[in-house]
Amino acid sequence: MPDNGAAESRLKAGVVVVGGGIAGITTAVEASEAGLDVVLVEREATLGGRVARLNHYFPKMCPPSCGLEINFRRLRDNEKVEIYTLSEVEKIEGSEGNYTVTIKVNPRYVKPWAGDYTEWAKTCPVEVEDDFNYGLCKRKGLYFPFENAYPSQWIIDASVVNDPKFQEWVKECPDNGIDLTEQSRTVVVECASIAWATGWKPYDASKIDLLNYGKHPDIVTNVQMERLCSHAGPTGGKLVKLSDGGEVKSVAFLQCTGSRDENHLPFCSGVCCTASLKQASYVLDQYPDADVHMFYIDVRTPGRLEDFYQERQAIEKIQLHRGKGIKVDPVDGGLEVTAENTLTGELKKYTVDLVVLATGMEPATRTEKPPIDAELDELGFMVQNDDASGIYGVGTTVRPLGVAETLQDATGAAIKALHMARRS
Amino acid sequence: MALDVKLGVYVVKDKETEEYLSIDRMEEAAKEEKAVVFKMVENLTSPEGEELIRKDIEEHGLDRILVMDRSYRAYPQYFDFGTEILVERVPLKEWVIWSHDPDDDPDDEDENHTQRIAEDYLHMFAVRLQNIKPPKPEELKEPITYAKNVLVLGGGVAGLRSALDAALAGYEVELVEKEAQLGGWAAKFGKSFPTRPPYDKLVNSNVSELIEKVMGNDKINVRLSTTVKKITGAPGRFMVNLQNGGEPEEIKIGSVIQATGWKPYDATKLGHLGYGEKNVVTNIQFEEMLSSGAIKLDNGSAPKSIAFIQCAGSRDKDHLPYCSAVCCRASLKHAMQIRELMPDTKVYILYKDIRSPGQYELFYQAAQNDPGFFFTKGEVVNVAANGGGLKIDLDETLLGDQITVEADMLVLATGMVPTTKVEDTVAATVEGGESKPDAKVEETTEDGKKAASGAEKGAKILNLTYRQGTDLPTLKYGFPDSHFICFPYETRRSAIFAAGCVRAPMDTAQAANDAAGAALKAVQAVELVEQNRALHPRSRDLSWPNFYLSRCTQCKRCTEDCPFGALDEDVKGTPKPNTERCRRCGTCMGACPERIINFENYSVPSGSAMMKAFEMPEEDMEMPRILAFVCENDALPALEMAAQKRMKFSSNVRIIPVRCLGSVNLVWITNALDAGYDAIMLIGCKHGDDYQCHFVRGSELAEYRMGNVQEKLKQMSLEEERVQTYSIAIDEWHKIPGLFEAMDETVEEVGANPFKDF
Repeated sequence: MPDNGAAESRLKAGVVVVGGGIAGITTAVEASEAGLDVVLVEREATLGGRVARLNHYFPKMCPPSCGLEINFRRLRDNEKVEIYTLSEVEKIEGSEGNYTVTIKVNPRYVKPWAGDYTEWAKTCPVEVEDDFNYGLCKRKGLYFPFENAYPSQWIIDASVVNDPKFQEWVKECPDNGIDLTEQSRTVVVECASIAWATGWKPYDASKIDLLNYGKHPDIVTNVQMERLCSHAGPTGGKLVKLSDGGEVKSVAFLQCTGSRDENHLPFCSGVCCTASLKQASYVLDQYPDADVHMFYIDVRTPGRLEDFYQERQAIEKIQLHRGKGIKVDPVDGGLEVTAENTLTGELKKYTVDLVVLATGMEPATRTEKPPIDAELDELGFMVQNDDASGIYGVGTTVRPLGVAETLQDATGAAIKALHMARRS
Repeated sequence: MALDVKLGVYVVKDKETEEYLSIDRMEEAAKEEKAVVFKMVENLTSPEGEELIRKDIEEHGLDRILVMDRSYRAYPQYFDFGTEILVERVPLKEWVIWSHDPDDDPDDEDENHTQRIAEDYLHMFAVRLQNIKPPKPEELKEPITYAKNVLVLGGGVAGLRSALDAALAGYEVELVEKEAQLGGWAAKFGKSFPTRPPYDKLVNSNVSELIEKVMGNDKINVRLSTTVKKITGAPGRFMVNLQNGGEPEEIKIGSVIQATGWKPYDATKLGHLGYGEKNVVTNIQFEEMLSSGAIKLDNGSAPKSIAFIQCAGSRDKDHLPYCSAVCCRASLKHAMQIRELMPDTKVYILYKDIRSPGQYELFYQAAQNDPGFFFTKGEVVNVAANGGGLKIDLDETLLGDQITVEADMLVLATGMVPTTKVEDTVAATVEGGESKPDAKVEETTEDGKKAASGAEKGAKILNLTYRQGTDLPTLKYGFPDSHFICFPYETRRSAIFAAGCVRAPMDTAQAANDAAGAALKAVQAVELVEQNRALHPRSRDLSWPNFYLSRCTQCKRCTEDCPFGALDEDVKGTPKPNTERCRRCGTCMGACPERIINFENYSVPSGSAMMKAFEMPEEDMEMPRILAFVCENDALPALEMAAQKRMKFSSNVRIIPVRCLGSVNLVWITNALDAGYDAIMLIGCKHGDDYQCHFVRGSELAEYRMGNVQEKLKQMSLEEERVQTYSIAIDEWHKIPGLFEAMDETVEEVGANPFKDF
C-alpha cells in the first residue's frame, strides 16, 4: 500500500527493500506474503523500474505490464508492505539484525487523493526530457508515469516546480490536488536486514569511440529500441527512422556494445544476445522484407532460450555475422557499420537504415554505492554470500541476469529477510 | 436470491459527473435498489470521503457499500471497512465518463446512452452486493490443524540449500534422498568455478560445508536411501508415504520442494562424436579421473593433448535441442585442472559459442590467457581413431574452411537431462512441444482412476494420488519449470515447487539461489494455507468454492478442467474438493452444468442476477445491449488503461468482471440471451503455447466451452456470431474499443435478439 503521507514517521519492519524494480517488488511481495513487514523504497515516481520500459519479454514475447499488474494487485491490498516512492536511502546505521534506515521522501507535489489530469495536462506549457522513454521525446512537467503505473498517481517533475510559467499554469488546477510547496520528509525504519535491489542501468554508449552514439538519431540503444517498438512509446509503436520518419529497411544489431570489453564493462551482460534476437522479431513483424544483421562474438542463449535462437537463425532475413561492430558512420543513404572478424582481423562494411547498439547492464552500485559497507567487486556488483547477512544484493545488483533468474534470486532474497528477522 | 442487506450508494460529485449525469436519475436508481443511503460526495475517494461513509455505516448499520468514482486499481488505499462490510467500487470514470461522450440530455430516455450506462452499473453492482456474502472459510470446512513443515526431495546442492533455508527461517524440514549419502553430483566434483571476485581462479567445492550445516541443524531430519511411495492430501495436510527398505512410513507435510536434479545425457548415443572409441570420455567420467588424481590414457600414459567437444548432445535437434548452460564453464574448469596437473598438456576446446555470462566472462578470459589452451569455433563433422590418438574434423570455422585437430584424449561435454524425464522420450517430445494445457489424453494410474496426461510421460517421483497425474506437469523437454517469466515458482500443483537443475539447466551457484527461492515459496505456502488464504496469483484471497454435492451428476467436468489438479474423485466420479490446493479461479464454477459450485462472494447466481439488474431497452428503442465478461487479470486493466487514454467505447456494452474466463458458466450465456442481450463477448488472456492466462487454462477452456454454445445457439435459431471469445494481452489496450465496435457492427448485421421483448 502507498504510504500515508505523514510528515515524519518512525516504523519497524522485518526488511527494507531498496529498489522498486521487478526484483525489489518480488522480494517485497514474497516476503510479505510469508508474513514479514516490509518497507519498499523506490527512487522514481512509481514501481516497475527497467522492465516497465520493455516492450516484450523474451522468449514468450509477452508484455511485462502483465506480470507487473499481478504484482501490483498483490501490493494493493497488502497492509504488510509500506511503499515509499520518490524516496532515497540517506543513511544506514546499526548492524546486522538491528539497522536504522533513514529514508528521504521527496515531494510529488500532487496529493494522494488528487484526480486525473489527462485533459488538463495537455495544456501544460512546460516540458522536460522523458527519461521513461530514454530521452527519445519530451513529456509535460505534470505527467502520469505510464499506463499501469503504481502507485497510480500523477507527478510533477521537480525541475519545473520553480518555473514561473508552470507556477502560473498550475493555478488552473481543476481540483485542489496540487501543492507546489510540498517539502521532502523523513521516514526512519528499524529493521533486521536490508535487501539492495537497485538493479542496473544501460551502459552509456556515448563513451564508446567510433560508434557515434548520440550524434545521429538513427543510432539507438537496445533500451531505446524497446520504446520505439512499444505501442505506448514515442512513435505509437511504429518503428521508423527518427531522422526522417521513414521506413526501416535494414537494421544492424551490434552485440557486446561495451560488454566483454576491458575498456568498458569487462563482463558479459548475459541478456543482450537474446534481447537482440527478440528485437529482430520486432523489426520483421513490422517490415517482413527488412534485412537484419547481427554482429556477435558468441551467441549466448542458455537453456531453453536456445530454441528462441534456433527459430530466428532459421529466418533468412536475419543474418548473423561473427565479428564485432567497431565503427558506425553516417553516409549517403544510411549508416555504414564496420565490423571486424575477431579472429582474422578482416574488416567488412554494411550500410543500413538503423543501428541498434546492444548496450550492456551496468550495475547501479558501480556508480552509487550503498551508504554502508557492503562488499562490491571491481565491476561494481555486490558480492553474494550463501548465508544471510545484514545487507544483501538482489538480482542484477549481484550479477547480470534475465528476468526469470532475477526473480528466482529475488524470491531467495526474501528467505534471507525471513532468516534475519526471525533471528533477531 | 437477494439477501436482506443495508446498502449505501455513493457517487462522486465533480464537474465531470455534473456534466454527464442526471443526479436525480442516479438517486432514483439507488432507491430502486432499496439503498438506505444515497449521496453525491465531492472528493469522494479521499480520507474525508472514507470517513463520511464510515459514519454512515455506524449511523445506518450499512453492510454493503457501492462507491462510484475511480477504479480500485487507482486508489486501493481507501474504503476498507473490515471483512463484514462488502464494498464494490464501480469505476465510473473509467467505465463510463472517460470512455463515452456526454448525452445532450441525460433525462431524455430516447437518447440518454451514457446516463443509462451509469445507471445500469449502479443496478448491476448493487444487485451483486445483494447476492454475495463475506467469505467465511472457517464455516465451510472441517477444523484442521495444518502442518507447517517442508518436505525436500533430493539431497544435492539445491535440496540441501532449500532444506537449510527453510530450517533457518524456523520451519521443520524432512530431507529425503534416494542415495545413501548427501551431496548429489556437486559432491563428486572437487573444484568449482568462481562466484566471488576476482572470478579468475577455481575454487573448492563447498558442498561438504553445506552438508555439515544441514546435518548440524536440529530442524532438519535427513532420510537417506529413501524414496516417496505416495503423496495424498493437500497443502498443509499432505500425507507422504516414504519407503526406506522396510516398512513404509507416513508423515504429515505442509509443502514440498522437488529438487531431484539431473542426470547426464546418455553418451552411448554419441557414437558420431567418437564415444565408444578408446580415450573418449564424457565430462562426468573426466571428473572421476580428476577425483582419482590422475589423467591417464588407456595405455596408462599421460595425454599430451586433450580435446573437448562442447555441446556434445546439447543444442542438437537429434539429442537435446536446448543448451545445457554449464558445460562451457565445466570445460574451462577442466582445462584449468589439467593445467594444474600437467603443465605441458595442450587443451583444445572445440565450441559453437562459448557461453560464460556475467562475471564468468572473467573466468573465460583467464582461460584464454593460457597459451596452451586453444579455442576453436566450428561444427564437429567427424571423429576417428588415429593411430593411438584421435582425429577430429571441424567445419564452418571462423577461417571458413575445414580443419583437423589431433589429440590423445577427447572429452565430450555432455549435457543435463532433468530427472523428471524418461530419457528415451527426450527427442520424441520435441515434435509434440509443450504439454498442452488442454491435454485430454487419459491414462490409468495405479489406483485405477483416470488421469490426464502431461506429467505421465515423465518419471514418477512424487507419486501424487491426484486425479490429474502423479507428478508436476512438465514443459518442453521434461522440465517441470514455471511457464511464467514473471513468476518463476508458479506451479500447477499448489505448494509443490521445483528447484535446481530439475527445472532448468543451471550451475550449482544458480541452483542454490533457486533453492533459496523455493524455500521461501514453501514456507509462504504453509503460512497462507494456515490462514485459509489462496496462493498466487489471488494471493491472500479468503474465498472458497462451495460444492453442493447432493445435486452433483458426476459429469467430471470440474475434476477434468481444474488447472491445478485440486479436485479428486470418488469411485462414482463425485468430486472430492481439496480446497487447500484451490487457487480460487472459479474454473470449476464455470465447468459445472448443475451450477452447484459457487463462492460466497462470486457465484453463478450473483452473475446471473447482475445481468438482469436493469431493464432491457425494447427493440424499437434501438439500444442494443452487449454483455462483456472481462477477465480482471489482463483484459480489465487493459480496458481501464484505454479509458484513461480517453479512448471511446460503444455505449451498448455492459461489463461483468470475472476472475478468469474459465469461471464463465454456460448458463450465463443462455441467461443473457434470455434477458435480451443481443450479443455476448468473453474477453480474456492470451492462450496457446505462450499462454498468458494467469490460471493456465482458463481462457483456453472458455473458448473450448463456447464451441459448445454454438450448438445451443443453433437450437435457439440464433446466429453464432452473437457469442464471441477474445484473447487480449494487457498491452493491447488500444484494441479494446475496436472489439466493442466490431461487435456493434455484428449486432447491426444480424439484428436484435429475437427473445428481447419477451
